Amino acid sequence: MNTISLDKPLIKRRPFSFEKWAPALLLLTAIILYVVACIVTGQTQYLTLDNLLAVVGRSIALGITAIGQTFAILVASIDLSVASLISASAVLSSVVMNGNPDMVVPAIVLALILGAVVGLLNGLVITQLKVNPLIATLGMSLIIQGVLSAFVSNFAGSVPEEFQFFAYGSVFGLPFGTVFFFGLAFLAFFILRYTRFGSQIYAVGGNPDAARFAGISTTKMIVSAHIICSICAVIAGLYLASRLRSGAPWIGSDGLYDLESIAVVVIGGTILAGGRGGIWGTVAGMLIFSLVDSFFNIIEIDAFVKQVLRGVIIVAAVAFYSVKSRRAVA
Amino acid sequence: MNSLVTFARRYTSINWANINPVYFVLAALIVAIILNNPNFIEPTGYMNFLKRAAPLAILAAGQLYVIVSGGFDLSVGSMITLVVVGSSMLTNNDPAATMWVIPVMFGMGALVGLINGMVVCYLRVPSLITTLGMMITLNGFAFLWSGGAPRGYLPDTFRFFGRVSYKDIPLIHMLPVALIVLVVVGLILYWLMHKTNLGRMIHAIGDNPNTAKLAGVSVNQARISAFIVSSLSAVVAGILLGGFAGVSTSVGVGYELQAITAAVLGGAVLLGGRGSVPATIAGALTLMAIFTLLNFLGMPQPVRQIVQGLILIAAVALTMRRKGKHANS
Repeated sequence: MNTISLDKPLIKRRPFSFEKWAPALLLLTAIILYVVACIVTGQTQYLTLDNLLAVVGRSIALGITAIGQTFAILVASIDLSVASLISASAVLSSVVMNGNPDMVVPAIVLALILGAVVGLLNGLVITQLKVNPLIATLGMSLIIQGVLSAFVSNFAGSVPEEFQFFAYGSVFGLPFGTVFFFGLAFLAFFILRYTRFGSQIYAVGGNPDAARFAGISTTKMIVSAHIICSICAVIAGLYLASRLRSGAPWIGSDGLYDLESIAVVVIGGTILAGGRGGIWGTVAGMLIFSLVDSFFNIIEIDAFVKQVLRGVIIVAAVAFYSVKSRRAVA
Repeated sequence: MNSLVTFARRYTSINWANINPVYFVLAALIVAIILNNPNFIEPTGYMNFLKRAAPLAILAAGQLYVIVSGGFDLSVGSMITLVVVGSSMLTNNDPAATMWVIPVMFGMGALVGLINGMVVCYLRVPSLITTLGMMITLNGFAFLWSGGAPRGYLPDTFRFFGRVSYKDIPLIHMLPVALIVLVVVGLILYWLMHKTNLGRMIHAIGDNPNTAKLAGVSVNQARISAFIVSSLSAVVAGILLGGFAGVSTSVGVGYELQAITAAVLGGAVLLGGRGSVPATIAGALTLMAIFTLLNFLGMPQPVRQIVQGLILIAAVALTMRRKGKHANS
């Protein structure tokens, strides 16, 4: 990931930037697949707005996690601890709430603090102990999962009706979870695109040495990115607790949120070497994931075949634009 | 004899700081295990330990090739599952089938490694994503092949490698076949990595692919070879595990991360350029020794997980410090 980029400087702007539009093209392909499948199988009831919202709604937790993961990957880091953190956040919040509406706010605050602490630790281990981010967060994931399974082995606690609004409520006729997700995506987009902090994130990921010479504290940026990533994972955990009405220590790892959130970000055109990509790509990546899943459901494909194809599709989608890049791969 | 002389000569002028710390850690752990359980000093104690550690040690030594070349191979765990499930489907309780099933498995392993390597080299997909996709795909195949619930047993001829131990051998009393496999495969992988041009090329592309290319290394060929070695080692590990773990669709779960942990414990530098096969095997034994010790101390599974996490981070932090002192890079 720290290899020197061989790209020639972009002196003249290419008329059509393939890398920039690749996620949109992929999304378009996924939409066409979905619509064609609906029409061919005669199941046009799946083309209503309600159903499309349901398609999106299925992947809200993955989408929220992937927004956080985008920050980590943009600073050329990576976070494998999100899945266990999702479980920890869901269990913690559901145990603290324990069906009591008065405890909703304290539970959310506690979960967010947990996220901030985990992110801070991840960031410090990576920047101060110089541990490869993959190993640092993998180790953190094992620690969180171990602590979690030392305390609970099954669904623990329950969330009150009020908190289920997060997953089941609706505002302006739209599901609240979906509105929240797009709100979060917009916020992340705004931060990355229009704030100094956002530019510094790209600078650190693009070339840490140059960023340091320009007076940016790379340590601070990497730690901040990890805190944002962990907090997003915690929010995803809260969403899942609200959706499942309780938290269990396996919901994060069972959902493969660590590896899938990375896949979503990469399919969205953010490169693992850092410094290039963005939030809308990640949103496109998440929509591609849910559309492909729904497509498989509509054509009623065997569950195991579906898994085989999922693996192939992840690789094919990334290959779709990486095949043209001249960067060194690892 | 000759090598003994060079060894002795080297020993007299030994620089303790240059020895990989993993060997000291392993020695300390073995002492701790013996203190907790004196039976460990008996051949049955340590031979069974080595037998259980053999699959992970082989897997980690294969994984090291990909790590040194600058990548990751996350697909090995599901490769193990596929080998175990596939072998049980193909042998179909026929002891004679082992003869052709094992070559078929090696062929499958070589094919998976070839695909991994070619996707990374020619489609330029990062190895993390490539092998993640391969992991999901192979798991899907394992489910598909067995219909979700694998049935039947592996015949004894197949389980021979993982389960059988030669008895009544002077001095050591017993010699597990798995240990013989570990020694043979370990020596081959050591020779390939540290004594041949392929090993040197893999080190070179992991260190800096651009300089390696300019120096005339056929980068793609070396990288694809590394992935093939890794997949083949997963096949060997799968055959051994099929011998004593039984048939299920979760045999291989978690092995990819344990293999990476073992390589890292042995001082391999992630993202390439450095690593040693003997130290990686020592790393795998260290990891197993830690698990054994925690087991003897009556620690539950969650504690094992926490300890594994802490050790992983500490090992890399230590490697980075050592690297900083020696090379200042």
